[in-house]
Amino acid sequence: MQLQYKSQAVAKPYFIAAIALFVGQILFGLIIGLQYVIGDFLFPAIPFNIARMVHTNLLIVWLLFGFMGAAYYLVPEESETELHSPLLAHLLFWVFLVAGALTIVGYLAVPYASLADMTGNNILATMGREFLEQPLLTKLGIVVVALAFLYNIGMTILKGRKTALSIILLAGLVGLAVLFLFAFYNPSNLVKDKYFWWWVVHLWVEGVWELIMAAILGFVLLKITGVDREVIEKWLYVIITMALVTGIIGTGHHYYWIGAPGYWQWWGSIFSAMEPLPFFAMTVFCFNMVNRRRREHPNKAATLWALGTGVMAFLGAGVWGFLHTLAPVNYYTHGTQITAAHGHLAFFGAYVMVVLTIISYAMPMLRGREVNPERSQVLEMWSFWLMTVSMVFITLFLTAAGILQIWLQRIIPSPQSFMAVQDQLHIFYWLRWLAGVVFFIGLVVYLYSFFAKDKPQTVEAGAVQPAAT
Amino acid sequence: MSASFTKSMARNIFYGGTLFSVLLFLALTFHTTWQLPGRVPTATPAPEVARGKHLWETRNCIGCHTLLGEGAYFAPELGNVHIRRGPDFIKAWIKAQPTKAPGRRQMPQFNFSDQQLDDIVAFLKWTSEINTEKWPPNVEG
Repeated sequence: MQLQYKSQAVAKPYFIAAIALFVGQILFGLIIGLQYVIGDFLFPAIPFNIARMVHTNLLIVWLLFGFMGAAYYLVPEESETELHSPLLAHLLFWVFLVAGALTIVGYLAVPYASLADMTGNNILATMGREFLEQPLLTKLGIVVVALAFLYNIGMTILKGRKTALSIILLAGLVGLAVLFLFAFYNPSNLVKDKYFWWWVVHLWVEGVWELIMAAILGFVLLKITGVDREVIEKWLYVIITMALVTGIIGTGHHYYWIGAPGYWQWWGSIFSAMEPLPFFAMTVFCFNMVNRRRREHPNKAATLWALGTGVMAFLGAGVWGFLHTLAPVNYYTHGTQITAAHGHLAFFGAYVMVVLTIISYAMPMLRGREVNPERSQVLEMWSFWLMTVSMVFITLFLTAAGILQIWLQRIIPSPQSFMAVQDQLHIFYWLRWLAGVVFFIGLVVYLYSFFAKDKPQTVEAGAVQPAAT
Repeated sequence: MSASFTKSMARNIFYGGTLFSVLLFLALTFHTTWQLPGRVPTATPAPEVARGKHLWETRNCIGCHTLLGEGAYFAPELGNVHIRRGPDFIKAWIKAQPTKAPGRRQMPQFNFSDQQLDDIVAFLKWTSEINTEKWPPNVEG
């Protein structure tokens, strides 16, 4: 089994790094999950704030590795030409990996304030804001890598066939890079700081990342279903239109209580109430395409991941987002475990699963075979169910914790203090942690599936079969 | 989807819809920025407030606490802590960390000078005076 374009092979290290960092992310998730109930666990060696930063930053970095790997894999195939510079892609891989690793080591080995002093934070203060904790040097590194990456991908698209799918992917990636520049804007006026901080955080995950996600999902569905490109690309345009029209003004749902004018409660509520639409469209899209498939692709695991992404993104980002997005509801839920519940299912359902979808589809071919052996696929599908179901339970337990927290701290006639309330939520935090352990087991099964062998598949690759009706 | 709705129609709606949303968002942002000075205690925070914010950031306080509801959810909301506890309590609390009470959540010791403690308090006071549309629902945050 040959890759259509041999430069697609540069995607492989990106996917491997993504999976390795994913493992690190989950290990730190287990640490902070335990610190919720055993407060002094690993203190002072790894305080909660440091471990959480590692947990969230690893997530962002491995998803970026996944997006870049996806782009390197699908753009040559879409453009019907070799990648502009495979060498540059390899070089950027090592730059990004080393920069990322040094940053994590920095977080763990040096007090955060010293890290700030050592890395130029006194020249331009950008650190210490949620998800944007990276030292200035790392942030600059991200910009350099992103620009060189966009150059490489952009040149490839320019010299080859220009499909709607690759244009949408490129638009998402350009948006990602441009919006990241707001990470360098940190005024001393806290309200302004917060206002534009969301231009990175919200406009990434509820804006341009949805373009990247739609493109990746569209590509995989195109390949595994054999449905007409015109149909798929039309769907993609409809999905991303809904994503940006609801998501851009929907940023307003973060502006209710941080000092911005009160009218944001209207703009934010109305537009973000429609934010589930693009995710629902993605669900319908996935099932519709698979139902109209014109071939039975032998990679069943990839099909499962694609359908799973459609469902879980809608549940996590759509339903759990809608749950607390209306201003009168958000007044009570803002800054509680409800937000944590939504964050977990949304990130997993949308972005983790879409990256695992493209890895599931592409990795067998990057390893020189059409599909993985049967046993490997069965294990991968087991890992799908273990991780997905345990993440649903993590979300349910955090939601229960959040509801009780809101009741005790914000609703009853004599509200209790934050820590007094936290003490009463232990049962839910323990259950959440156990669900986290199951998630980790699912992840181990996932890793093992890459090495599982049996006798080679006998299904003929790409055999055309009549469409199911 | 109906066949009479073509891909190029979908693409045009995408470009039009996105452009409209971006322009509307920029207009609202412009208006918000214009309104902002009336919603914060001082449009340009005093030097001690700015220093306090810098301390807040470089100690990664947001990694445990929330500030106006944003951050981690591991430790109390601090947007209104100046109202809930007052300046002296805040300083004494920071100085007393970690409590080392077995099994309890721990806050690191940051070894702040008196000046730095004053700066942190100035920042938290400034923050507590932002017009947050009456959030949080009560003083517990």
